Amino acid sequence: MEIRSKEFKSRAVFAIHDASLQQAMGKARDGFVGKRAQQAAELPEFEALREEAKNLKNHILENLDHYLERYEDAVKRAGGHVHWARDAQEARAIILDICKRVNAKTITKGKSMVSEEIDLNEALIEHGMEVVETDLGEYIIQLANEPPSHIIAPAVHKTKNQVSDLFEAAHGGPRKTEVADLVNEARQVLREKYFRADVGITGGNFLIAETGSSMIVTNEGNGDLTQTLAKVHIVTSGIERVVPTLDDATLFLRLLARSATGQETETYTTISTGPRRATDLDGPEEYHVVLVDNGRSKMLAGHFRDMLRCIRCGACMNHCPVYGSVGGHAYGWVYPGPMGSVLTPLIKGLDNAYDLPNACTLNGRCASVCPVKIPLPDLLRELRHLQHQQELSPVMQRRALKAWRFVATRPKLYHAGEWIAVRVLKLLGRKGSIRRLPFAQAWTDVRDLPTPEGQTFLQRWQAQRGK
Amino acid sequence: MTQSTGKRPRVGLFATCLMNMFRPNVGFAAAKLLEDAGCIVEVPDTQTCCGQPGYNSGDFDSARALARQVIAAFEQYDYVVGPSGSCMATIRHDYPVMFEDDPDWLPRAKALAAKSFELLSFLHDELGATPAGTRHLATATYHDSCSGLRGLGIKGQPRELLAGVAGLKLKEMQDAEVCCGFGGTFCVKYPEISEKMVEDKIHNIIESGADTVLGGDLGCLMNIAGRLRRIQSPVRVFHTAEVLAGMANGPGIGGHSQESR
Amino acid sequence: MMQTTQNSRDAIFGAIRSALKRSGPLPDARRAELDANVPQHTRPAQDENLLERFIRTFESRAGTVQHIASRAEIPAAVEAYRANMNLPHRAAVGAALKDLIWPADWQVHHNRAGTEELLSVSLCIAAIAETGSLMLGASADSPTTHNFVPDDHVVVLEAASIVGYFEEAWAILRQRSEGMPRATNIISGPSRTADVEQTIQLGAHGPRRVHVLIVAA
Ligand code: SF4
Repeated sequence: MEIRSKEFKSRAVFAIHDASLQQAMGKARDGFVGKRAQQAAELPEFEALREEAKNLKNHILENLDHYLERYEDAVKRAGGHVHWARDAQEARAIILDICKRVNAKTITKGKSMVSEEIDLNEALIEHGMEVVETDLGEYIIQLANEPPSHIIAPAVHKTKNQVSDLFEAAHGGPRKTEVADLVNEARQVLREKYFRADVGITGGNFLIAETGSSMIVTNEGNGDLTQTLAKVHIVTSGIERVVPTLDDATLFLRLLARSATGQETETYTTISTGPRRATDLDGPEEYHVVLVDNGRSKMLAGHFRDMLRCIRCGACMNHCPVYGSVGGHAYGWVYPGPMGSVLTPLIKGLDNAYDLPNACTLNGRCASVCPVKIPLPDLLRELRHLQHQQELSPVMQRRALKAWRFVATRPKLYHAGEWIAVRVLKLLGRKGSIRRLPFAQAWTDVRDLPTPEGQTFLQRWQAQRGK
Repeated sequence: MTQSTGKRPRVGLFATCLMNMFRPNVGFAAAKLLEDAGCIVEVPDTQTCCGQPGYNSGDFDSARALARQVIAAFEQYDYVVGPSGSCMATIRHDYPVMFEDDPDWLPRAKALAAKSFELLSFLHDELGATPAGTRHLATATYHDSCSGLRGLGIKGQPRELLAGVAGLKLKEMQDAEVCCGFGGTFCVKYPEISEKMVEDKIHNIIESGADTVLGGDLGCLMNIAGRLRRIQSPVRVFHTAEVLAGMANGPGIGGHSQESR
Repeated sequence: MMQTTQNSRDAIFGAIRSALKRSGPLPDARRAELDANVPQHTRPAQDENLLERFIRTFESRAGTVQHIASRAEIPAAVEAYRANMNLPHRAAVGAALKDLIWPADWQVHHNRAGTEELLSVSLCIAAIAETGSLMLGASADSPTTHNFVPDDHVVVLEAASIVGYFEEAWAILRQRSEGMPRATNIISGPSRTADVEQTIQLGAHGPRRVHVLIVAA
């Protein structure tokens, strides 16, 4: 999808005033947060697991080339193919190539954020292929012609009513209004697609170097039907998703479901190793893995390596009060919330997403729940630092910072300035607060400004005590 | 300059910018609490700001300039204490990071960080203080400010200290740990998002049925108080230190004299 | 095409190694050491007996269980299940269970399952008590479609093959002479979704019900 992060501010305001969005978000927020907290509380080892997971990811990243090679060898041994893509364009070309070669008409897809990242659907559709998203949430937003607004609950911004409308328009009536009927309707429509599909594309939560397997974790079983019934299975994944062994994947599994949806486990954990064997009765005839770099090796080099630990659980956005207020679409690209505010500028360019690292109070709730302990606020601050250095921040802000530094490093001047400000504000105050203040409208548009008491603390202290 | 007398620790009081300008009462309350707990309190007048606004805006150079000033002003004390989780987390956590590559300043930054504390956690954890004899008739709810909570682990301390205040009932609100939408310059850079967040916060405050909001950071408290005033809510807002010191008799933050009791 | 991927592969490894401040691959000795490493991660403590824990966790995810005394009782148990669910007398049964004798009016086949299939019966490799999960492996004896296509999935579990942790299940896979199955399915109850307003709905795409027959040890 085209990046629209530059419109963050307007899209955020729009979202805040969208009543159905707010209704949907409120519901989701309470559900995700409460369930995760309960899971964390029920598992005494939870914090120890987070620390181990962080260390294991760091170890993997430190030896990433080795584990990728080990993985590649194992995939080949199992009869699969590994493709390497430096960027989105290469990844699309590789996948298109495979699809064209097998003359694909219908392509089913399990949820894959990497495929969103590389704009895959558009490319396939452009070449006349039918692309069907099979994760129910993805299916809903595909009907709505919208990008996902959450990395694990892509249609979290939709109310049941809106889903009813979309299904009625797409499937023809009668209009269903019960969740059970809506789900059933999608089930029937999608079953037919799975069986017709030439190519099934899924993501890969983990790539197991030991066995050359890809592992996906789902609740619906759509990923399994996608990859079992199509003639060709293509896995799209970032290069950072490799783990040494099945036991190592397990460490992350113990954290993933709990952090993501507040369950002990998701319903299906599926390990795929190569194509259909000679004696198998089902399964794909070809098995391909497309490993995408797209900015990741660059992240490995600098201050942002920590971000590559991300296991895409979505907990950071579920706990982010900004995300909770504006929803995922405001962020303007495929990854929303705290993790998206780090990833988007890094993948799409600092200047294309100025607001994302800035629209954050650095309250730290995201980092406190992140299962791999990514210091998201620190990374956001580091991005602000880069923006400042590259003079991407507004001129007014840079001027203000200069002036502030000039004054604040001169205590006498600073204290005199404070005293003047206090006197002015005191004059403007009525009944303890100020309702409108030119130059500070962004504050007073939303809330009153409490009036200062009278003198500054330092003045009064010095008057009373000297030092 | 006063010398350390016996075992009485010399505390440099960090006068945060917002406290200095808007709510000196919090500073005096802090000084009283520290002195009651046996400290000698001094307020160096070479201090200004901890540098956080620059740091969080990505202007690391300016932040370091301010940090050096703070270090120089305060390193002579046994402790640095401030009535703000946010400023004190900057000193405790960010200063050592800021000077990571500066062999001259890193040891000084680390030394200062190690003896810098947020007021309420200092009273509770370091001094084991139990302020007694204060009375404050109110039903209060406590807002956990983010930097204090997640940066410094402040959660139980203020509540335990407040348990000693006669007449005060604590009533937890929903989502007490969720950000109020202040976020320093965030609240003026993204006013609409900030408004949504503070609106959610005061909704929870009002739902709790409390008549008073307490907290440990003036930024958040001014944001919350300002919004409560805007919707003409009678809920009053105080810094926890004011209540603990028995200095919450005047108007609350953003309030006026008629409302005081 | 192959050329591009080869170039890209080299470029990516080059970028990774330069990011890691290395000029080439790790020394062979170090690589061997990494590959020999057997991870010992924290396992959440369990204080129940394996069977009890499996049943509790599996049921907590809307699965159902039934105890039977021996393998010979499977057809009768499946027939009772069929009658209860009001299903036709037909099932896709994994060839691993082809020795069983089914009632005369039953139509049983061992092929893959198509959309018309309403009931399947599979033998699982193991069950994992930690999360209440069944582990099935794709093979001629156990086609993957049986696990996902029919509305009702009956899984036969030998009580002795319940293990405590995932790690023990992986050990079973590693011991197989034929290596990893093409697809290993860890299944923890019926298919579900919460994509419409966070309302949990069973039977999203996979089975609406998963019923386990536990064959006594
Ligand atoms: S940053 Fe952490 S919390 Fe956010 S999606 Fe990634 S792993 Fe989950």
